[in-house]
Amino acid sequence: MVVKVYGPVRAACPQGVLACLLEKDVEFEIVHVDLDSGEQKKPHFLLRQPFGQVPAIEDGDLKLFESRAIIRYYAAKYEDRGPKLLGKSLEERAVVDQWVEVEAHNFNDLFYTLVLQLVILPRMGQPGDLALARSCEQKLEKVFDIYEQRLSNSTYLAGDSFTLADLTHLPAIRYLMTDAGGLAHLVTQRKHVNAWWQAISTRSAWKKLMNLANY
Amino acid sequence: MVVKVYGPAYASPKRVLVCLIEKEVEFETAPIDLLKGEHKDPDYLKLQPFGTVPVTQDGDYILYESRAIIRYYAEKYKSQGTDLLGNTIEERGQVENWLEVEAHSYNPPIYTLTLQILFSSKLGFTPDQNLIKESEEKLSKVLDVYEERLSKSKYLAGDFFSLADLSHLPFTQYLVGPMGKEDMIRSRKHVSAWWDDISNRPSWQKVLQLCPPPF
Repeated sequence: MVVKVYGPVRAACPQGVLACLLEKDVEFEIVHVDLDSGEQKKPHFLLRQPFGQVPAIEDGDLKLFESRAIIRYYAAKYEDRGPKLLGKSLEERAVVDQWVEVEAHNFNDLFYTLVLQLVILPRMGQPGDLALARSCEQKLEKVFDIYEQRLSNSTYLAGDSFTLADLTHLPAIRYLMTDAGGLAHLVTQRKHVNAWWQAISTRSAWKKLMNLANY
Repeated sequence: MVVKVYGPAYASPKRVLVCLIEKEVEFETAPIDLLKGEHKDPDYLKLQPFGTVPVTQDGDYILYESRAIIRYYAEKYKSQGTDLLGNTIEERGQVENWLEVEAHSYNPPIYTLTLQILFSSKLGFTPDQNLIKESEEKLSKVLDVYEERLSKSKYLAGDFFSLADLSHLPFTQYLVGPMGKEDMIRSRKHVSAWWDDISNRPSWQKVLQLCPPPF
């Protein structure tokens, strides 16, 4: 039985799920959802994800949504194979959860707003709010300063091995490093953040995803 | 050794308090006055570098992010008190799903309402009426999804009370109480029944008695 992952292969949140499945060597099938035409807001999709967002998964009878729930589920289900994405003890798992929460609450909103204002709105022919973008960038600088401090004491965010805490940052940072108008300095100007990014983005599972997404 | 919970007067730390009571885990509290800026004190930032509440200190083991903390204690004390994670990996997956929904869809608008309506005068700014209206509309749409979900399922993750429901208690208490927006809950039959059920749990009543909010 193959896990069906609903969402475009190039959207950030589905990428988190795909990266996790690749790390755990779980077979999947990507079911494309056309965000540009608003397929995610159509009735048939809302039955699957009532908030009209991607990703969602279907695995036999199991249906789940919210990428950070899905990755926790598969990391737990396949705990015994591949990398220990939830750490090696309950205490380590909690630190993993802590940094996934940090990504969700302190990083993601800023990143999303920045990209919306600097890249997505202009692409749609609307002016972005540059003051808002600048304010987000300044806040993101402070967040990255905290990451720099953390990563100077710890090879990966939750400890000495790669976990969901690092994985969940991959799609957004990839975007910052490539598509999002001059923000790569946030990473490259910080020695430990840069080294961490190099380590996590050269993992074979991530490289496989980059191929799948045709970057 | 007793778990110390920082910032009990405020909403997010109350997720931790109600969880610890459900799990029959002893704790003590340490006040942090956000209005006096105590969360930005260097000593506090050593515990929580992003300067938010709560933090828990359990001997030498320090954790932050309320939803990471509740996951940890719910799992650590799985064999005592109320089961808050479901009985199987799949049930836990549903708990994670709806806990993420609370974090990403429910919390942002209700947090904005809390800040604008309850904290604006204390923090010295004029409430933004447009933002309040927008947040109410967003929250209404989320509550419509909850109404549909709870018409098919007694609790959010299934027929069992879990972290997913618990996580809603503190800010929803503000909504129906000092914010005067109880009609948002009462106008939805299943949401209303669910709210009565979860807010009347002895654990939540105990939290309200022990640590009254600053209003």
